[in-house]
Order: sequence, then structure tokens, then C-alpha cells
Amino acid sequence: MIYVKDANLNLPWNEVNIGGNIYGGGTSLDVNTGDWRLFIPAWIEEKCKHCMLCFPTCADSSIPVKNEKREDFDFKHCKGCGVCYKVCPFDAITWEKEDK
Amino acid sequence: MSKMVEVRWHGRGGQGAKTASLLLADAAFNTGKFVQGFPEYGPERMGAPITAYNRISDERCPIHSNIYEPDYVVVVDATLLSAVDVTGGLKKEGAIIINSAKSPEELKPLLEGYEGGVYTIDAGKIAEEEIGRNIPNTPMLGAVVKVSGVIPEAEFFKDMEASMHHKFANKPHVIEGNMKALRRSMQEVKGL
Amino acid sequence: MSIRERLSGNEAVAVALKQIDPDVVAAYPITPSTEVPQYFAQFVADGQVNTEFVTVESEHSAMSACITATAAGGRSATITSACGLALMWELLYVASGSRLPVTLAVVNRALSGPININNDHSDSMGARDSGWIQLYSENNQEAYDNYIMSLRIAEHKDVLLPVMTCQDGFITSHAIENIELLEDEKVKKFVGEYKPEHSLLSGEKISIGPYDTPMFYFEHQYQRARAMVDSKKVILDVSKEFAALSGREYGLFEEYKMEDAERAIVVLNSTAGTAKAVCDELRANGEKVGILKLRVYRPFPMEEIAKALAHVKAVAVMDKAESFSAMGGPVFNDVRSACYELKTRPHIINYIYGLGGRDVPTTDIKIVFDALKEVVKNDKPGEIYRHVGVRGV
Repeated sequence: MIYVKDANLNLPWNEVNIGGNIYGGGTSLDVNTGDWRLFIPAWIEEKCKHCMLCFPTCADSSIPVKNEKREDFDFKHCKGCGVCYKVCPFDAITWEKEDK
Repeated sequence: MSKMVEVRWHGRGGQGAKTASLLLADAAFNTGKFVQGFPEYGPERMGAPITAYNRISDERCPIHSNIYEPDYVVVVDATLLSAVDVTGGLKKEGAIIINSAKSPEELKPLLEGYEGGVYTIDAGKIAEEEIGRNIPNTPMLGAVVKVSGVIPEAEFFKDMEASMHHKFANKPHVIEGNMKALRRSMQEVKGL
Repeated sequence: MSIRERLSGNEAVAVALKQIDPDVVAAYPITPSTEVPQYFAQFVADGQVNTEFVTVESEHSAMSACITATAAGGRSATITSACGLALMWELLYVASGSRLPVTLAVVNRALSGPININNDHSDSMGARDSGWIQLYSENNQEAYDNYIMSLRIAEHKDVLLPVMTCQDGFITSHAIENIELLEDEKVKKFVGEYKPEHSLLSGEKISIGPYDTPMFYFEHQYQRARAMVDSKKVILDVSKEFAALSGREYGLFEEYKMEDAERAIVVLNSTAGTAKAVCDELRANGEKVGILKLRVYRPFPMEEIAKALAHVKAVAVMDKAESFSAMGGPVFNDVRSACYELKTRPHIINYIYGLGGRDVPTTDIKIVFDALKEVVKNDKPGEIYRHVGVRGV
């Protein structure tokens, strides 16, 4: 049995969990889906009113909120879909092609 | 496979030929035999001709097919005599037992030259008089045991009584009626 | 001391289930297996078992319920026939692919069409490549014994594959025959408690049945295939343990009068018994004939069968299922392939027989043995793909 954090693509057949079972929860946190991004949003803190319209639209839960205030994007998981940019009424979010 | 006895039952859907074959299997089982009791299944409905079978032996019978050359044939409904080839394959050392008020002499001409034993029993009448309903199973079973000798009579009576006491513990009159029907059928079965 | 009884094949399976008392039984009734869930529902109603009986709306749901119950950590079982098995199809693969040891009693019936409710093996033979272990049973006794053993095989840590136990619809499922039952406590002790190493309700963080990417899928299939290979040993070990308990011995197959046989029939389920009776009759006339009755069809005992048939001159493999491949039935193709590497190998022909409830009398078996006589005489197989019992053929 192998936990997902220890798994890698070099595992031989007899070290892979049988039936494809995945052990250890919260596995999506470990995957760097931010790497899939083509466009990247940016948060302009000065313009942000913390109206809370953006964070519920984020399909990747990549807009953290603490004490009723949003914080900067979680770029490890943000896939750059641009929905937050679309819904922001205050131009507090930009969305541009990402240079890698 | 010494002394294997094969029985074929002909009846109509709803008359209890299948149940009778299972009763015979039960009775033989209770006297220490190896048994098979099975009906031939199809899309039959109430009133349609049905067939059921028994194999009774001292060792387990491995054969799982219908019976083509039975030692005994039991006809639960005499109207089948003109509808089904009831004596097909029946061994001439064996016998056919028919539920009918008629005598064996009267029915023999309907049996297409069958040379073996012909027996009749008015099972419907016995059932009506002793059990109160026209369910010919019990008297037919008695007649088959009598004619075939496949189970010793004394043991058969003892086992039937015990199993009926078990089944109808709250209905002593049912037990008495059934036992009377069994006794009468064994006395009244007429042979040729 | 065992219990002398007389039960139909369906009753035998229902009694086995009662004695096992699984956590979950989910079933949808279908002829000729209907009686099994019917009897079992009565046991539940009478409080004779502690099972959660789920009256699902289809066989697809029955298998789904068993898969999820097993994933949750329970022991689950179901029963079906023919079209019911077909409706489970997708889930059969999910159960074995997720390595969940579900057990299934199959009462073999022809898979339509035209619609037919009687016996042949087209239902379970179609499922032969679904990753399920398949055990076949000659009579009510074997259906009972195999079912009890199937749990131990399925749940073994080296296997973790579901098992289907098959018997012939009506022919044995509805025939009352003598049977030796084990006492309840003995069965309970033999099957033990189901304690999976991992399960959804164990408290650990686990996902069962997730999407499997190309990076891992092949390795999982390789594991599954290896488990099928490894299950042979487990089947034999469990059978040995069962023999110690019951006095009834089971192997991967039964060799009946095969030692010096020149002609042999390979067959499974109820016709094996009929074939044995014919074998006895021919032996009494000095004919060197034998029967190889397959019990374990998946995993297929390739090397063992080749060894058992190596000395035979001519073999007829009997299939109670067409494969419509234009090259014979499934058992035939496996047996013939198994013998390919033999230095001297028998001629092997195929007989399709008994489809859709066509009765298989002893005379059909004699026809097959007679045909083998011709094969031996000519030292040539002649027509390889044959049928017996079809009018005009």
C-alpha cells in the first residue's frame, strides 16, 4: 500500500495500489494544476472592495478568503480560466497571457 | 446403479403432478434412498399438459436428463390418455397407474398396445371423501408406492404420518384424512 | 456429522447464504434463480439472518449495491441468471477491476434471443473474460459446496477477485436431490468474518474506484491478471481445507476414469454426471473412456488440463454455449489451445449441445463417444466443429 504523496510514475506494477485505490485524502492539493495555465489573473489589492463576488465563482477554490477578506491567488491550483476577472465589477482583477 | 426406479408423471398444470413427484421423492428420501424429483419446465399454464420425473435408487444417480424409459408412469389426469403418448418408452415389466373411476380393462384399449401392468385408482373420489377436496396427490402417491413397491409400505406409512404431524401440527383432521386416503388408495388400486 | 437433506439446487444455495449470513444481499429476481432471493428474503423476514436485504430495481443496481457494500467493508452477495447477468455486465468488470470480492450465484440460463428461459451456458460463458473466477457445479451438492468455498477464495489477500458459482437452471436448480449439509457453526467458522485490509468505513482516508489514467491502468490490469493466475493455488488450498471439513474433495477439475482412457469428454455442470453414467456403461463393455469435468473455468487450468489429456487419443470438448466464432465454443478453444505445446497431443473436436434447455440424454453422450471412436480409427479429427441434439444434423 502506498500513500499518494509517495507515489510516482516509476512505480513497478507490484508497488501500485491494487484496484487503483488512493490512500491519503486531499490528494488534489498535491497536484500542481497551476502548471496547466495559459492565462493568468492578477489581483490589484488597492482596487479590491472585498465584495466577495469573485471567490464563489472560482472552480478551483484558488481565491482564499480569511476574516471576510480575500487574499492573493493560490497559483499552484489556479488554472487561469478568467471567470473571476469577468465577474469583478471594480477592475481589481486582470487576466493576461502568462509568460512561462 | 442397482435397482434404480424411474417414474414419469403426467398431469395438467395446477393439478399437483409436480408436487406429487416431490412428495414421492420425500417419501423415498425418508426411507434412506437417494432421490431425484424434477419437473420438465416450459411456458406451461394451468391446464396444459406437464411432465415430472423421479429417480429412486440406493446410490446417488449422476444422470441429469429427462426419463425416456420409465419403470412406472403415473397419469394424474385421464384426459391426457388421448392427448399425450403416456406409455412412450414405458418398460413392459413396469406399469402405468391412472387416476380414473374406470377399470384397467376399460382404459387398456387407449394405451396403444402397451403390454405391461395397467392400474387405475379413483384418486379424485378418495380425496373428496377423505380430505374433503379433489386434490388427487395423496391417493396417487399411495397407489404408486403400492404398485411399484419402491418403498416398504410400513416404513412409508410411518414416515408419512410423521411428516404430516410435522406439517399439519395444528390440523389433526387433515392428518387423519390424508392417512385414510393413503390407506384406501393402497387397497383400492385395481390392477391388470 | 453432516446433515442429510434433500434440496433443490436453488434451495441449496439459499441455505448456504443463510449459513454464511452476509452483510448485504442485493438481488432482483429472474427465472430460474428467482427462488434463491425468494427463500433468502424469507430468512430475513423470519430473523434467521442479520443481512441487509436490498430489493433493488434491476440487476445493474444489484451488482452496484454489492460493489459499494463490499467497498464499504461488508460481505455482499447476489444471485442471477441470463439477461440479469447481461444487465450486470458493466458492473462485473467494475467489481473485479476494483478488486472487490463479491460473490454471485449464477443459475445458468440461455441468453436470448429468441427468448428462452431454459438452461445453457451462454450467460456465464459470455462473462468469462470479465475478471471473475468461475466455478461450475454438477449438482446441488456442488452448488452448495462451491458457494461456501467461493467466499474464502474471493476474499483471500492473494486473490481479491469476485467469484461466480454456476449451476444448471432447472436441471439442478429445480431438481430435488439428496445433499449433505454442514452444520451452521461449521460453515460460519469456515467462512470466518470478512475483514478487508482497507475499506470506505474503516476510518482511513481512501478512494475506491477512481479514474485510472494510462499511467497506472495497465499496471492495475497486470495485477488483476496475476491475481487470476495466483488464484489457482488459493482455490486448491481452500478446497483442501474444505475437504478436511466435509470429506468432499474438489480440484480444478475432476478426472473420472481417465488413467488409461483413450477417448475422453471434457464437460462441465450437470451433463458431467450424465456423461459419467455413460462412461460407466461403456467401461463395463471394456471401452477405455473417461470424463474430465471442469470445475474451475476461470482461471483456466491450462497446464493441468494439458497434462491430464496428454495420453488420450481423442477428446471431445462439449460446450453448452455457442460462441458464433465459426470455430467452436469457448471451452473447446481453451482446451485445444492448452494442448498445443504437448509433444504428442490428442485429436480434439468440439460438440455444441443442449442449447436453450434441449434435454441431453445418455444417448447424446454415446453419439459423442462413438464419434471419437471414428476419430481414433482414422487418426484424423474430421469435422472439428460439431453439434449434437439438433434435428437434422
